Amino acid sequence: MKNPHYISTVFSLFKKELMSYFNSPIAYIFIGIFLVVGNWLFFSPFFLAGQASLRSYFMLLPWVLLFLAPAITMRLWSEEKQSGTIEFLLTLPVTNWQVVWAKFLSAFIFMFLSLLLSLTLPITVSYLGDLDVGPVIGGYVGGGLLGAAYLALGLFISSLTRNQIIAFIVALAVCFGLFMLSSEMVLISLPQWLANIVNSLGVGSHFYNLARGVIDTKDIIYYFSFTGLFLWLNVKVLELRNWR
Amino acid sequence: MIEVKGLTKKFADHVVLDNLNFSVRQGEILGLLGPNGAGKTTTMKILTGFWPATEGQVTIAGQDLDHHALDLKKRLGYLPEHVPLYDDMKVYEYLRFVAEVREIEKEEILARIKDVSAKCGLQKVIGQTMAELSKGYRQRVGLAQAIIHNPDILILDEPTTGLDPNQIVEIRELIKTIGQHKTIIFSTHILAEASATCDRVLIINQGKIVGEGTPAELTAKLSGSASLQVKVKGPQATVLSAIQALPQVATVQAQSVDSAEVTTYAITVQPGQEIKEELSKLIINNNWGLLELSQTQASLEDVFRQLTK
Repeated sequence: MKNPHYISTVFSLFKKELMSYFNSPIAYIFIGIFLVVGNWLFFSPFFLAGQASLRSYFMLLPWVLLFLAPAITMRLWSEEKQSGTIEFLLTLPVTNWQVVWAKFLSAFIFMFLSLLLSLTLPITVSYLGDLDVGPVIGGYVGGGLLGAAYLALGLFISSLTRNQIIAFIVALAVCFGLFMLSSEMVLISLPQWLANIVNSLGVGSHFYNLARGVIDTKDIIYYFSFTGLFLWLNVKVLELRNWR
Repeated sequence: MIEVKGLTKKFADHVVLDNLNFSVRQGEILGLLGPNGAGKTTTMKILTGFWPATEGQVTIAGQDLDHHALDLKKRLGYLPEHVPLYDDMKVYEYLRFVAEVREIEKEEILARIKDVSAKCGLQKVIGQTMAELSKGYRQRVGLAQAIIHNPDILILDEPTTGLDPNQIVEIRELIKTIGQHKTIIFSTHILAEASATCDRVLIINQGKIVGEGTPAELTAKLSGSASLQVKVKGPQATVLSAIQALPQVATVQAQSVDSAEVTTYAITVQPGQEIKEELSKLIINNNWGLLELSQTQASLEDVFRQLTK
């Protein structure tokens, strides 16, 4: 980096973003709902199955993240546009990449925090029985990566509108569509050769690979490129500055 | 300090700025004056690097804005119109954030925050959330964040809109004080403000510059010359010829006769000349009675109306 302050500027922007989550009660409500829903969905069938495994939790995690991620990202750009603060923000001596990084990282840390708080689940289960740690680690790694991909997509969509609700619904719809690409329902209706391609494009299949406890570089590269692509697109939207 | 050449901005087919050319000298306070929608805000958004220009070139301190945007943004302070602030932040949190991003040394940040909050009168509200602030205080916070890094150039978009008369005077004084060491561009649609604060005024209408000069120059240009009315008690013919004989006088005529002795004369003066003193001396030396002397001069308001009609 030419500029020695590059990272510290990103960090200052990041702090401001993170502060805005916790300055309002929304963050706490949000984490609360995530934990309640996650625990409830997990424990209600848990005792019936009688297995010391988190499989059912990780099966559901992509669905929870599907709602969680767009809810985190919806306001990130839309609110700045709506209130006009974007004008102030982008006339500071910062690059578009710095701002996008700061917003993405703050969203990621916020989601990661929610995920960390759900670690009570594997801890409880490991007391109740013999827990296989591999899939748990894989599940959390996969959850983090899948979340990052959803967040990058949601952030990009938020930069296209000044309306938070639209940002939320569109992000949710697109995330859902990309997730459904690798579902049985879609794959079964396609010819075999196409099904393979579509399956590897969908965001879901890579998560389930990881959640099985198999940490494959292919899946990790997939999520990194997915996230990178949408962050890059976000920067391009900022460069255009074609809003009024 | 700032050079603008051929600046044009289009939105789709709508031309907002049409080939603007102007320059701002170092230490000058330049007022952008124009009716609402004339292109003042657009000009400022381009100068601050927020919007790219469709055509044209902006050079600040010898550097091209397109290629040195990041460096130039560091030297600039900007108060956007309507003062967008992060409503959920507290005033000091916000100022600290700006100071950090503006790369002010850690040890110095607190001192700077104290300094600008004293200058802008923010001590009372420093711990409040910005959503709670009144319009006047928001404006001051906006101004504080614009000067916290001690920039060479300040760009202020309608810094006094929405303020009460006392606040307007305060902000104007503040701008003048700050302006002693800085180059300032500020926009307004209030004429009195431009003539009270600016060294030079640029009048913009429909994306074009329609007038430029100091407030005094602009008014002089319009009226061409000052005109006087004087009511004198004395013999009309003698008075008339005596006034005519003064070198500064262009024309003089008897306007109205009030009584046998008292006549009102209308005088137009040669451009750029002062006459009041000599005129009164002339009348008194001749033992006539000077009953009334008034000057009628076109105000900036007239210039503005005439140029933007």
